[in-house]
Amino acid sequence: MAETYTFDAKDLAEIKKLIEKYPEKQAAVLPVLWYAQDKFGHSDPSVQKLVSETLDVPEAHIRGVVSFYTQYYEKPIGRNVLDVCTCLSCHVSGGYDMLHYLEERLGIKAGETTPDGEFSLQSVECLGACGYAPMLQVTNDKFVNHLTREKIDKLLEDLRAGKEPEFESNPMPQHQKES
Amino acid sequence: MSTDWKSYKPLLVPAIPDLHEIKVYEKNGGYKALKKILSDKKKWNPANVINEVKTANIRGRGGAGFNAGLKWSFMPEPDGKPRYLACNGDESEPGTFKDRKIFEFNPHQFIEGAIIAAYAMQIEVIYVYIRGEYRPFVQKLQKAIDQAYDNGYLGKKIQGSDFSVEMYTHMGAGAYICGEESSLMESLEGKRGYPRVKPPFPAQRGLWGRPTTINNIETLANVPLVINNGAEWYLSIGPSTHPGPVLYGISGHVNRPGVYEYPAGMNIMTLINEVAGGVRGGKKLKALIPGGSSTPPLRADMLDGVSMDSDSLRQAGSMMGTAGMVVLDEDTDMVEVIWRISYFYDHESCGQCTPCREGTGWLQKTLRKIMEGNGEMRDLDILLAICHGMEGRTICALADAAAWPVRYSIERFRDEFEKKCKKTVYAVA
Ligand SMILES: Cc1cc2nc3c(=O)[nH]c(=O)nc-3n(C[C@H](O)[C@H](O)[C@H](O)COP(=O)(O)O)c2cc1C
Ligand code: SF4
Repeated sequence: MAETYTFDAKDLAEIKKLIEKYPEKQAAVLPVLWYAQDKFGHSDPSVQKLVSETLDVPEAHIRGVVSFYTQYYEKPIGRNVLDVCTCLSCHVSGGYDMLHYLEERLGIKAGETTPDGEFSLQSVECLGACGYAPMLQVTNDKFVNHLTREKIDKLLEDLRAGKEPEFESNPMPQHQKES
Repeated sequence: MSTDWKSYKPLLVPAIPDLHEIKVYEKNGGYKALKKILSDKKKWNPANVINEVKTANIRGRGGAGFNAGLKWSFMPEPDGKPRYLACNGDESEPGTFKDRKIFEFNPHQFIEGAIIAAYAMQIEVIYVYIRGEYRPFVQKLQKAIDQAYDNGYLGKKIQGSDFSVEMYTHMGAGAYICGEESSLMESLEGKRGYPRVKPPFPAQRGLWGRPTTINNIETLANVPLVINNGAEWYLSIGPSTHPGPVLYGISGHVNRPGVYEYPAGMNIMTLINEVAGGVRGGKKLKALIPGGSSTPPLRADMLDGVSMDSDSLRQAGSMMGTAGMVVLDEDTDMVEVIWRISYFYDHESCGQCTPCREGTGWLQKTLRKIMEGNGEMRDLDILLAICHGMEGRTICALADAAAWPVRYSIERFRDEFEKKCKKTVYAVA
């Protein structure tokens, strides 16, 4: 059931640009894995094989990289991945409450995917949004800050309808006072 | 030096709308420092630039507080082969969320600072390493870099001079350890982020075996200020032993969390009570983690007269770290907080060194046991023994960063730990 994945000519042109940033091809492993994951949705062994062949870097090395970094998905995962921060500042601001609320809403535990493949839920380490806790990140991209149960309900509804969250800017409070 | 904080005007992230646009940045004096250097390269030869920055004593904002100019002076003489500047935007220390403000609101000041650093160290390639979780911020910075190329501040023959430098972003993929400078270089080379044994130091053998300097994003954003206004001026902001503007990230139980820019050396209680609006819900303050998760927590009664600079915090029994301040109120369960911090380090240990790989796990498990009410008094001794077995015995400082919060919390909140351990004894009896 292992699928074969391929890069087309356009992909290869983009990848060439990534490689040119570095003096050695191997340095492009992380960016090319990102490129592949953006295209295929995960970095499973078949994707790893493709990246290995494209960069002429041993498959074992690619496997090692994929398993070291938490953001590469080692196997196919839900269409929306909800990474709930439960670390330090989020922990003391209700991060676990939000995680548990999502578990309840989705009927799954952290680390699992809903049967329809819509959502995967993960409890993750500090995402760098400590002042806007509790928060989560949607599929390695936008942060959704200042979570409440209502905000989560709305987010799930939007994501089910295919609507991605907007980038939330968090201005410095000093700026707001002056303007 | 915190008397005039109310009239302080931000210098790293000024309150100017659309400052992230290069035209707005230029209109507000942006890229003036770089032009100043390039238009008088005799006066501003690389050695003089390094000297000016060294005199200004910009303390590294990535956590260790090392004098940036002094670090630059460790780079060997150029030998015609490549040398690198790696800018550290990994920002993964729990409690830290400041560099992203620069990426979003004032990226050009960082870019300008990095270009000046490259000029001073005669470097032709700059990499900006940014944590993978900051994808939207990477995109924002990339836009600014593109603008800088389009306007002749990056690339070949900058502003018509014979100085050329390239700048590339490199996105991580989720690993706290990649903020450690040698792990960052491994990650840039396309590998698992295993820290390297030092020496050799990066200035001797860094990226691809070539001389490399690593600086934090905020550190580099300070550089144009020094060139524009002089080291003396810079030294007059905050304490001269730890001068300049600082991005304070305040989170946890305060009314107005966020990133605030004030001079270094701000009084801690002023920051908590006046700047951040005091403890939430009118509660009492219990503790402060002053500079990210690895800095030892301070009890509220230890904060009298303490200010946010390395000397004052060292005397108080902690460290400046990243100035990511986590405020904890009276209802906070310290055992739980320290367990969660230990869980983080257990998760993030790269596993190369036995004391760290095993130690972080045992700290986490032992704390969990205590937290869940199954602790015994001797667990506290075991925890301290594990800390002792970790500190100073590993390749990088992650092991120390994991041990300190545990060691100092047991010392400073001992009654809370004991209460949880003793409770079990009564329950069993
Ligand atoms: C475990 C660990 C994690 C670190 N994470 C970061 C980080 O996320 N960002 C950062 O700038 N420095 C981090 N550092 C510090 C860097 O190793 C290095 O000292 C710093 O980037 C140098 O820049 P500076 O002198 O301008 O502060 C970390 C250090 C350790 C030991
Ligand atoms: S101290 Fe820990 S994180 Fe650092 S190199 Fe050793 S095992 Fe890895």
